[in-house]
Amino acid sequence: MINVLFFASLREKMKTDSLQLETIENETIGELKQRIMNSKEDWQGTLANNVLAAVNQEMVGDSATLTDHSEVAFFPPVTGG
Amino acid sequence: MPKNFDFIRVSEQDFNVADEYQAMTHANPTDGAVVFFVGLVRDFNQGEKVKELTLEHYPAMTEKSLASIIKQARERWQLGRVRLVHRVGLLNINEQIVFVAVSSKHREDAFSACQFIMDYLKTEAPFWKKEQTTQGDVWVESNAKDTVARERW
Repeated sequence: MINVLFFASLREKMKTDSLQLETIENETIGELKQRIMNSKEDWQGTLANNVLAAVNQEMVGDSATLTDHSEVAFFPPVTGG
Repeated sequence: MPKNFDFIRVSEQDFNVADEYQAMTHANPTDGAVVFFVGLVRDFNQGEKVKELTLEHYPAMTEKSLASIIKQARERWQLGRVRLVHRVGLLNINEQIVFVAVSSKHREDAFSACQFIMDYLKTEAPFWKKEQTTQGDVWVESNAKDTVARERW
């Protein structure tokens, strides 16, 4: 399984703060985004633009690959400070 | 306290600048400079009157991200102590949000590192602001100016 977290405005758009998904061997972040968006009508397009990703709490790009038990987080550009 | 001491705190609690500054200078005879920055909640942003704001973060990642930013600053400049306090939760107008302090032997390194840490924090650390405005709740949008500020390093 992989654990997927959503934060801030993206959590509100997704109407959930987390998902548990089956692990797919060698899946990339880009592919995971597609899988999530395709899994529910309401999620079409939600992860397409302006979304950052972290795997195990480190920022990654779309080509990063996932392993079993990864913690993946998707969130909008950050606005702290 | 060791000479090259990093301190990070992410908390709902407010901070006292005098206490934080004291922690930078106490028993620190080697550093001749301290530069610090305080960020505050302002009452007007992106065209709306702001009443208060809520700061959300990604707890498991926040301190890791801040530690990595400090590490990168240490690779570029000769620094003594680095102290970073960031608040989360509900904040009113004029309340303190963030404190970043850097000490070094000479002022140039402290000035540069303090700006570098803030510029990176603004674009990398997982915090998000939601403003409660007279027009309703609005997530603050990231700012192109912040990305430009970060690119200069």
